[in-house]
Amino acid sequence: MGAKVVTITSGKGGVGKTTTTANLAVALASLGYKVTCMDSDIGLRNLDVVLGLENRIVYDLVDVVEGRCRIRQAMIRDKKFPELYLIPAAQTRDKSAVSPSDMIRLCDELKPDMDWVIIDSPAGIERGFKNAIAPADVVLVITNPEVSAVRDADRIIGLIEAEQKGPAHLIINRLNPALVKKGDMLTAEDVVNLLAIDLLGIVPEDENVVASTNRGTPIVLETHSKAGQAFMNIAKRLNGDEIPLMNLDGKGNIFSIFGKRTK
Amino acid sequence: MSGFVDKLLNKPSSADTARQRLQLVLIHDRANLPPGQIDMMKEELIRVISKYVEIDRAKAEIAVENEGREQRLTINIPLVAESRRYQG
Ligand SMILES: Nc1ncnc2c1ncn2[C@@H]1O[C@H](COP(=O)(O)OP(=O)(O)O)[C@@H](O)[C@H]1O
Ligand SMILES: [Mg+2]
Repeated sequence: MGAKVVTITSGKGGVGKTTTTANLAVALASLGYKVTCMDSDIGLRNLDVVLGLENRIVYDLVDVVEGRCRIRQAMIRDKKFPELYLIPAAQTRDKSAVSPSDMIRLCDELKPDMDWVIIDSPAGIERGFKNAIAPADVVLVITNPEVSAVRDADRIIGLIEAEQKGPAHLIINRLNPALVKKGDMLTAEDVVNLLAIDLLGIVPEDENVVASTNRGTPIVLETHSKAGQAFMNIAKRLNGDEIPLMNLDGKGNIFSIFGKRTK
Repeated sequence: MSGFVDKLLNKPSSADTARQRLQLVLIHDRANLPPGQIDMMKEELIRVISKYVEIDRAKAEIAVENEGREQRLTINIPLVAESRRYQG
């Protein structure tokens, strides 16, 4: 059988790809699966710090591709989950050091021993993006409910289709229910209608994400946090479970007298 | 409070404006056809078609429509009826 390869991409930078990769990887590991996550953002390594594994790096993705080590030697074991691994990006090279066929070869090598391989993609639509989606069985597009992020998501969804990797699934990150209620943020429904792809989940804006990133412990382990619950739900949906969307309505306030904001 | 005041004044919310702007931007991005070129194309199409048939220019509609992620160019141009042609 072998692992399912999931690539997390976005078009626009800073919308939450690395945060999502780390949280889905930890969530799936906590559900008992064998998971390897791979940072394909060569030159801008980040997944290691978000997972709190930066001090354990010996080899990186480019070392494996260029034959300086075996893939097992570049797989850093997580502190908490013994069957969660990270393959870090190289920090001092550029994206041309890796090709799409290298990525396919690496994933083929990982597949027999894993249940999930999760790839964090760099921003943009160039080589790094092509590398990241080449081995994907499933592509997840992250966006924020905001004009430029949605526009870039639409471009990337088109390119994923052009590369025969579609249809992509959507994750809306950093939805702020209070702003939606005020009419100052696109609703999740707006974003889904505009992009016309399947919605896998909605993650609310949550200041605890920043604190958990500071500590290097993904928020999905904090079961009381809304963002943590949202990431866990997404991991379960990815796994095929039917989990209803969370209710993200803010607390009742003066604006609620106008009722639900629908078209 | 902007949302509250806007609602009282019946002004579209910033989210409504964002949605409408994105609807148009995505049409042009997907078709790789900037808004100015759509207008040029419309004029040219109307010119070509009127070489062959008499059309009602005022009611001519040429638009890009979405169906899921598929886009299609819809052209809806009323022809001028024979009776009206004779009246000049
Ligand atoms: N749901 C969220 N709530 C609050 N902050 C978030 C959320 N998701 C991401 N962030 C923050 O946004 C920033 C960018 O996230 P990151 O995952 O690095 O984006 P990308 O990998 O797409 O560039 C980080 O500082 C992260 O902590
Ligand atoms: Mg990143």
